[in-house]
Amino acid sequence: MPGRIGVGRQAASVWRTATLTEIRRETPRAATFRFAVPGWPGHVPGQHLLLRLTAEDGYVAQRHYSIASAPDDSRYLELTLDHVAGGEVSGWFHSVARPGDRVEVRGPLSGFFAWPGDRPALLLGAGSGVVPLMSMVRHHRTRGLSLPLRLLVSARSPEELIYRGELGAETLPVFTRSAPEGVAVGRMAAAHVAPLLAEAPEDGWEAYVCGSNSFAEHASRLLVAAGQPVDRIRIERFG
Amino acid sequence: MNITRGFTGRPRVDHPGLPPGQYDAGDEWPVLSAEVTPDLAPADWTFRIDGLVADPRTWDWEQAHALPASAYEGAIHCVTGWSKFGVRFGGVCLDTFMDLVRPDGSATHAVAYSHTGYTANLPLADLTGGRAWIVWEYDGRPIPSEHGGPARLIVPHLYFWKSVKWIAGLRILDHDEPGFWEGNGYHARGNPWEEQRYSGD
Repeated sequence: MPGRIGVGRQAASVWRTATLTEIRRETPRAATFRFAVPGWPGHVPGQHLLLRLTAEDGYVAQRHYSIASAPDDSRYLELTLDHVAGGEVSGWFHSVARPGDRVEVRGPLSGFFAWPGDRPALLLGAGSGVVPLMSMVRHHRTRGLSLPLRLLVSARSPEELIYRGELGAETLPVFTRSAPEGVAVGRMAAAHVAPLLAEAPEDGWEAYVCGSNSFAEHASRLLVAAGQPVDRIRIERFG
Repeated sequence: MNITRGFTGRPRVDHPGLPPGQYDAGDEWPVLSAEVTPDLAPADWTFRIDGLVADPRTWDWEQAHALPASAYEGAIHCVTGWSKFGVRFGGVCLDTFMDLVRPDGSATHAVAYSHTGYTANLPLADLTGGRAWIVWEYDGRPIPSEHGGPARLIVPHLYFWKSVKWIAGLRILDHDEPGFWEGNGYHARGNPWEEQRYSGD
C-alpha cells in the first residue's frame, strides 16, 4: 500500500529545540502540551514526531507522539499525552513540565498515516488514538474543506473523551463504561460502522484507525466486515 | 547535550545488549502493523524465492517444515524504541532456503514481501550467514496472527520492521529497491546499533 505523501529525506533528520508554552488539561488523564518550535518544517495531519528527553547523566528517553494540531500555523505544535502509569516520559510531562521547559523533537515522520485533505476520510479512534485524527478534523475545519469527513471515537465516559468540547457534527462518540442520559453504553459495533459505509462517497472512504492494538484489531475488522477494502484502511497502533 | 529540567528517567541498569535510544520492554511485545491483520491459515501459506536465482522455488507449509529446524534466541529491536530480550523463535534458517535456489553472482539485495502486500528491502548480506530465519514458533507455540503468524521472516540484527510478518517471498535483485516503510521516510538498512531509524540518519 503506498504512502499518502512524499517524505523529505533531510527535514526529519534534524533535532530541534521545542519550548513548552502552554499546558491545557483535556481529561483527568490527558493534557495538551503546546510548543514553539523554531524551524519546524510543517507537517501533514496524521504524522508523528520523535521526542527526546535527556537526563543530567546523559540518559536519553525517546518516544513517538502523534501531532494533534492542524498544520496551518507552523509556529507551534501541540501534542496530547495520556498519563501512562509508571510512564517515564509521560510522567515527566504530567508531573514536572511547566511552560518554558525545553525538549527536543525531530520530524515530522512517516508519509503513511498522513491525510493531506484530498480524499473523503472516515476516522475511527479510541482513547488517545483520537489525537492524530483531531489534527485531520482541525485541518478540515481551518481549511474550510467540503469533502466528507466523519469521526467515530470511543471513550470510557464523557469525562474521558479527549477534545470533548471541540468535537462537532462530524463526530459520533461511543462510550464503553458510562454515557450521558439516553445514550447507549457499549463497544464500537457494526451498527456504528455500517451506516457510514452505506453513505460512503462515490469513490469510497479512506479509513484511518488509531488506538490501542486491541482497538485497532477490533475497528479494522468492523470496517472490513462492513465492506471497506483492506487496502484503504490505514492503521496506527499505539503499542 | 540538552538537559531536560527535572528529568531523571526511570531507575535503570545498563544493559549491554540495548542499542542507543532503546528501552527494555520486559514482558511486553507491542504490536506494530499498519495493515489489517490477515486471516491466513497454515494450509494457505506459501513461501517463494525468485528473481536472480538459478532455481526459483515455492514451499508450502509441509515442505517448509520438512527442512532442517533452526532456532533464534536473543533480542529484537523495534524502531519505535522498545527492545525485547530472551525471545525464542523456531523455524528454518534462511540459508537453507537460499542454498536450494542458488542466488546469481550478480545478486546484491532482496525485497521481502508479505501475503498482504507489505514489503521491506534488505541487502543479501543481512539475509545470509545465519542471520535470518523463516519462523512459525514463538516460545514453543505458533506465532499469533497479529505478530505475523502463521510464518514470518526475522532478521533480528536489524530494526524489526525488516522482519516481514505473514512472509510470502523474497525477490532477489541486483539493486536496492525501497520497501513500504523505506518509501515512507525510514532508513534503507535499519541497523539499531547505528540508530539508522529514518532516511538521513
